[in-house]
Amino acid sequence: MAKVVLKLGDDISTDIIYPGRYMATVLPSETPQYAFADLPEFNSKLKSGQIPAGSVIVAGKNFGCGSSREQAASCLKGYDLIVVAKNFARIFMQNAINLGLRLVVCPEIEAEEGDELEILPDKIINKTSGKEFKVEALPKARQAIIDAGGLIAYTRQRLLARAGSRKKA
Amino acid sequence: MAMTMVEKILARATGQKAVKAGDVVEPKVSLAMSHENAALVINQFLEIYKDTGLKPKVWDPDKIAIILDHRVPAESAKTATNQKKIREFVAAQKIKKFHDIRGDEGGICHQILPENGYVLPGTVVVGTDSHTTSHGALGAFSFGIGATEMASVWALGRVLNVEVPKTIKVVAKGKFGRYVLPKDFILYLIGKISAEGANFKVLEYHGPTIQKMPTSGRLTVANMSVEAGATSGIFPPDEETLRYLREEAKVKGPIDIFGPDPEAEYDQVIEINVSEIEPMVACPHTVDNVKPVSQVGRVKVDQIVIGSCTNGRLDDLAVAARLLKGKKIARGTRMLVFPASFRIYQQALQLGYLADLVKAGAVVMNPGCGCCLGVHEGALGDGEVALSTTNRNFKGRMGNPKAEVYLCSPAVAAASALTGYITDPRKGGK
Repeated sequence: MAKVVLKLGDDISTDIIYPGRYMATVLPSETPQYAFADLPEFNSKLKSGQIPAGSVIVAGKNFGCGSSREQAASCLKGYDLIVVAKNFARIFMQNAINLGLRLVVCPEIEAEEGDELEILPDKIINKTSGKEFKVEALPKARQAIIDAGGLIAYTRQRLLARAGSRKKA
Repeated sequence: MAMTMVEKILARATGQKAVKAGDVVEPKVSLAMSHENAALVINQFLEIYKDTGLKPKVWDPDKIAIILDHRVPAESAKTATNQKKIREFVAAQKIKKFHDIRGDEGGICHQILPENGYVLPGTVVVGTDSHTTSHGALGAFSFGIGATEMASVWALGRVLNVEVPKTIKVVAKGKFGRYVLPKDFILYLIGKISAEGANFKVLEYHGPTIQKMPTSGRLTVANMSVEAGATSGIFPPDEETLRYLREEAKVKGPIDIFGPDPEAEYDQVIEINVSEIEPMVACPHTVDNVKPVSQVGRVKVDQIVIGSCTNGRLDDLAVAARLLKGKKIARGTRMLVFPASFRIYQQALQLGYLADLVKAGAVVMNPGCGCCLGVHEGALGDGEVALSTTNRNFKGRMGNPKAEVYLCSPAVAAASALTGYITDPRKGGK
């Protein structure tokens, strides 16, 4: 069971998730402190450890639109949050998958802050309202990266496979 | 099989006869661009090689470009240290397409790449910047990726697991009215299809208006294609592309010109008659909140910004200089100008545009991303309003979530500088 800790609307940009003025901070170990820095109340809850891992952010359409800044994905991954949205902007989605941040595409999702969700591979059950919502699969092209545990691990596998085949040749 | 532009490019980059939308491919990359976020790419690149016993070495140093532009000169010790780390990596890996903070060759990545001939039609270009879509202006399939994805490209020379995107064909006809510019066309299109209207798709631009559009205007349109969610915005290359590459970018080598097949299958076709478009303004806080300037109402402006990778080119500065020459910017309004590169800066200097702007009261800054993303300079005060030729007006964008940003063309920006209010350039001053 996962609790909704933040409910957001459509077109949540990477400037909201990770404001540009903190972009000189790049390392995934350092970015979480600035997650949703312009929503100070939520940011301080995150920083003070009041939001348990596996908590859910629910959003509308086009979550993560805007900049390619990977900080927007790494700062949420740092707290092991799950983002459920009606759909996601492309670069944010790829960054999230590459870093292992869990995204769920749920075009009809209805949930409020405080609701308890059960997230299954094909649907979300909102235990608070009793309603169920269909989940859409992530792009098939990205499954191999998810299966490998992220793009660093996946690229490492590919690199070693290539080095191995060169040695044999 | 008939193919769209992106299908043709990806077929070539994967050595296949044909690919179609939905196929999963691993295209070879012709150019991989990063800016200051190369600091993170370097970190992730070294992480890939950790415990492999392999020496971290980029796949091809001649195909990597790094341009310092986001925070130049550095605004903080942290940025300066990141930039230093990048210089050391560039030297160690022998990366030659490196543009440091220099008045002879520096500037914004999305101008440096085209003006130096780094981007060729029909190739695959990736960049750790969402506005990498810009280079579709030259007929490349050019798209933004994250830093870890770039680290993977640096290691392997390919983008892994790319789903061939569907394509929306945009056909533009008609003649632009007075003071209606390519920026107005792309704002109109984004307003029409919304900020997610082209999500995961390519916008492919056609039609008589496009054929007449100079590369500078195409760069503006391709640049902002991402604001409709597009993976890339592609202009099939033509005579204008060849002219730009030979005459302005001084490309000496072979240039391969090809377009999509006439029978290619499109997801959607959108026709736009630009004769019917007036100067447009994107109102806070989304880029698709677009209105004709005549319907914006009376909006007082504190800061005008002309420049950026969207509208910092010579044509843009020329329009602004023409409107401001011999006049004065309204008191209570400040104007910042950021040419897109030092080449443009020098040209504008020679042509007298910079003098015209400064005499009118503008502050000409060094080429770079400047205040666009609110990390460096030109931040807004609480409750202030900016009118900017940049590409994003998200809440917090210009460094302050309590401020508002409107987006427009250089003509609207310059006309508004004279009055202090958002103004239709066709009506002129007060």
